[in-house]
This record gives sequence, C-alpha cells and structure tokens, in this order.
Amino acid sequence: MEYVDRKKRGLTIQVYYREIFRGVWITTKHFFRNLWKWLTFRKGGVVILYPEETRPDMSPNNRGRHVLVQRSNGQPRCVACKMCATICPALCITIEAEESEDPNIQRRPRVFEIDVSHCIFCGFCVEACPVDAIRMLPQTNELVGYNRFRMIYDKEKLLTWHPTVSDDVVYGYNPKA
Amino acid sequence: MEANFLGINVVKFWTYFILAGGIFAFMFLMGAVMSWSERKQSAVLQDRIGANRASIPLPFGKKLAMWGFINNLADAIKCLIKEDFKPGVYDKLMYNLAIFFAFVPAVLAVAVVPFAGVLKPAEFFNVSYLKWIPYLPEYFAKNLPNFSFRLQVADLNVGLLFIFAVGGVSVFGAILAGWSSNNKFSMMGALRSASQMISYEVSMGLSLVGIIFIFQTVNIWDLVQAQSELAWGWLPKWGIFVQPLAFFIFLAAAVAENKRVPFDLPEAESEIISGYFTEYSAFKMLLFMFAEFIEIVFVAIMIATFFFGGYTVPYLLADGFYFPGGSYVHLSHATVVILQVLSFQVKVFFFAWFLQQMRWSLPRFRYDQLMQLGWRILLPLAIVNLIITIIIVALGGL
Ligand code: SF4
Ligand code: SF4
Repeated sequence: MEYVDRKKRGLTIQVYYREIFRGVWITTKHFFRNLWKWLTFRKGGVVILYPEETRPDMSPNNRGRHVLVQRSNGQPRCVACKMCATICPALCITIEAEESEDPNIQRRPRVFEIDVSHCIFCGFCVEACPVDAIRMLPQTNELVGYNRFRMIYDKEKLLTWHPTVSDDVVYGYNPKA
Repeated sequence: MEANFLGINVVKFWTYFILAGGIFAFMFLMGAVMSWSERKQSAVLQDRIGANRASIPLPFGKKLAMWGFINNLADAIKCLIKEDFKPGVYDKLMYNLAIFFAFVPAVLAVAVVPFAGVLKPAEFFNVSYLKWIPYLPEYFAKNLPNFSFRLQVADLNVGLLFIFAVGGVSVFGAILAGWSSNNKFSMMGALRSASQMISYEVSMGLSLVGIIFIFQTVNIWDLVQAQSELAWGWLPKWGIFVQPLAFFIFLAAAVAENKRVPFDLPEAESEIISGYFTEYSAFKMLLFMFAEFIEIVFVAIMIATFFFGGYTVPYLLADGFYFPGGSYVHLSHATVVILQVLSFQVKVFFFAWFLQQMRWSLPRFRYDQLMQLGWRILLPLAIVNLIITIIIVALGGL
C-alpha cells in the first residue's frame, strides 16, 4: 500500500536526461551572459562587492540605525519619558532623566544609550515615542565595532550621525514613491 | 646518430622523459585550473562574484588577484601550515596509503592517451615561425633526420583495458580512507562509494565495448586513428556519431565514477559531513580534493578520446586539410601537430567545463535512485546498445 501520494513519473523524467539538459541549459545561459559581462568590463553578478560598493537601493522603510531628532537649538527632542526603554523587547535602551533648562520642557535625557549589539531592530521604540524623538534610518551598513562597548551608542553619537547618502533615502521619505 | 647509455637510447629516453613530465605537469596544472573554476565558474553561473580577495600586494598600491587564482595559492599555503589532525585510533598504514590510491590512478592512466599525432622533430623545427629556437633545429636536422615519435607516453596494446584496470584501483582509495579513519561517517562514505563505483563501472565498461567492436581494437592510438576516418566521405567516425547511446551511458557512469554531483553520495556534505575523507585534514584533505579535480580532467580526457576523436581535427591529415568537396589546404608539419595538440586541449577543456557545469546545476540523487539508475536503467541500456552494435557489425555495416 502506498502511504505517500507520489505523482507517477513518465519515462522521460525517469531517464533524467531531458531534465538534466534542461537544467544545465539554464545555468549555461546564466554562465555565458555573466561571462560576457565580465569580459566587457562590466559586473556580471547581482551581488555587491561590499567594502568597495554599498547598496544604493536600500528600502526607505528599512529599519536601520537609530537617530535622535534634534530641536532647533541642537538639544534632543526626547523628553525622557522612557516609553521606548519600557517597550524595548531587548532591554537595550538606557535613559537617565534630568531637569531641562528650558522652562517649557520638563525633562530631558542626561544619558541616552542604545546598545545596538543587543537591539533586534524591531522599531517598537520608534512607534512608542510620543514626541517622535527617536527614528530609525534605512542604513545599517558599517554598524560595527572592534569590541562590544563600542556598540553602545551614546546620546552624542545618536544625535550627530549623518549618513552619506542623499536626504531622500536618509529620512525615509521619497517624494517620488 | 644513436647515442646509447647502458643499453638505453639517450634521445629516446629524454624524449619520453620530457613527454611524461609534460603530461604530468598538464594534469596538475589542469587540477589547479579546476579548483579555480570550481569556485569561479560556479560564481559566474550563479550570478555571484566568487573568490577574489586573496591577492599579492604589488608596488603602487596595486594588488595581483588574478580573478581569484591566487586563492589557490592561499589554500595551499594554509593547508601546509595547518595542524595535520589525525583521529585518535586509526590504521596508520592504510590511512596514509589511501591518499595515494585516490591520487595516483588518474594521473597514471593518462599515460596511454595520445596528446597529438606523430612528431618528427627535424621537420617540426623546419618552419618559419619556429626559427627563433636556438640549437634544436640544427641538432635534429643534422643528427636525427629520421627520428619520429608519437606524443603518447606509453603505447600499450591494451590501453583501454589499462585505463579500466587503473581506474578500478581508485575505488580502494575511498574504501581504505573510510575504513582506516575509524569513523562512522567515513565508513558510511566508504561503503557508499564502493557500491556506487563498482556498480557504475559495469555500465561504463559495457558502454565502451560497443566502441571496441566497431573499431576492432583496444589500443588507444589505433582507436583515435580509426576515429579520424570518414564515414560516407564527410562525417568523421567519432565515437559520438557511431555510438550515440553509449556516449550518454558513459557520461553518466563516468560522472558517477568520479563521485561528483549528482552522484556525490560518498561525500554528501549535508548527510555524512565529508564522507570517506572526513578524518583527513590539512594537506591530506587538499590532496583528496585535488585528486577529485584531476579525476574530472581525466574523465574529460576519456570522453574526448573515446567519443570525440581524441586529438584529431576533422579532415586534417598529416599534411593538411582534405575537405569533403575535394579541396585541399596544405599545412606544414609543425602547424598540423600544434593544431592537433590544440584540438585535444579544446576538447578536454570543454568537457571539464561541462562536467563542472553539471556539478553546479543538478541536485544530488537519493541513494536508492542512484542504484536504480545504475542497475535498472544504465545497465540494460548498455546491453541493448551492445546487442544492436553487434548485429550491425555482424551484418557488415560501418
Ligand atoms: S528597535 Fe526594538 S530592540 Fe532596538 S532599541 Fe528599539 S525597541 Fe529596542
Ligand atoms: S519614547 Fe521618545 S521621548 Fe520617550 S524616552 Fe524614548 S525617545 Fe525619549
């Protein structure tokens, strides 16, 4: 009795040769197309040569590196409500609040650290923030450090990082899309 | 002038010494090229870039990467300076012997394959574009005007049987390696390779019997000569044309003998780590890999020799092209020999490329499918092919 419902295969498939040549034909087409590109000094592959090239087509929705949004006077917009630290599933946001100099604003963060080596890039912190003070940029490359303490990004780093791609991509806003 | 030393003709000795050395070097060079193309060809056909990082620094900030060829060098160095790890309990003699069983047969069997036709040195150097070579032309013209030799290391009467005998030895490499390293996965790989290679050797041998019947010889030189003849005045009598079915059987069986994808059950990485050479490390592992690459070249050489006329170029005889229409193009001896060598290289390169292409295109068979294909499809087909061939030969055709 057959327990597995297998499709009956005809002779042409069982002899394998036709299918094998079909498969080899497909790869051969790829081989010569790419070879021709290499031989004419173009890149014959869809991958990128990472350190020399970076992806220009990062999705604007990509959840990459965090930034803290600045006010016009350069201070962080964050009001140290700790909503992001509370919702963070990786528990990687450390915030210490202090009193703000500005009388209109009650609190501001004295310490704002994100340990990006623990972060799972879920984006919950961005969603939780009531004042839109924390955002995630599409870029993730070069999110590296020689030891794990360098992966803890402090307030200074989060406020001042500027990726070197056009603004459309950086702020996740593409008017044409 | 016949110079003799201890009863050995000195010129003959050096001729065959250089010939054997050249063929040995050719096999190793092709092995290196194969291990490069294994990476790079697969990368190109999979739309990747492939190995390109290992490089030799040159002055002015340039790097010599040679499209990943330096990676081979890096591999060799890395394998040389790595720890040669051995299993705790193992059969030392067999463990070390296995490498040679895997490595030697493929190189040895090439000795009977002709790389080109007859070479007459005195005539060879007597063309305008080889005049720049010093000393040799005058030497051969003066001392050995009638000396000629075949570009083949050993002209055995039983060349084809020799190839099979030596090729059959390579199964010991896998068995001994798997058994002596005292590891279950190695053992599994060894058993798989033993049954696989033995069952495919049957259909491989039977597929070539048809060729033997048609050309009435097992001498490879004569086999290649016979293939240069023309059928109906225009079609070269290549093995592929007189035995098309045998070619496909031979191709499948040869790939299986070679233990390459889609028949790489003995070293199926995803099932039994690395099969029979799991316990080999550093340079010994490299030798096993290298043996595999050399075997690809060897299979390519066999296909080219048995089914694609070896070194022969269609319509090219010893003194020029004789086209079917009756036209004739005269070529000097040197040109003819160079064309023959090139023709052989091109065929070998093409089939080596094709075997690599198959390896990167196909998934692996299941073990029962492998055995079914071998015993229930290829073997009956080979026998049918043989019977048809016998009937045709007996009726006097071809
Ligand atoms: S992205 Fe997720 S894990 Fe990372 S800091 Fe924000 S909430 Fe935490
Ligand atoms: S949720 Fe926004 S405002 Fe609140 S602490 Fe986090 S970044 Fe600051």
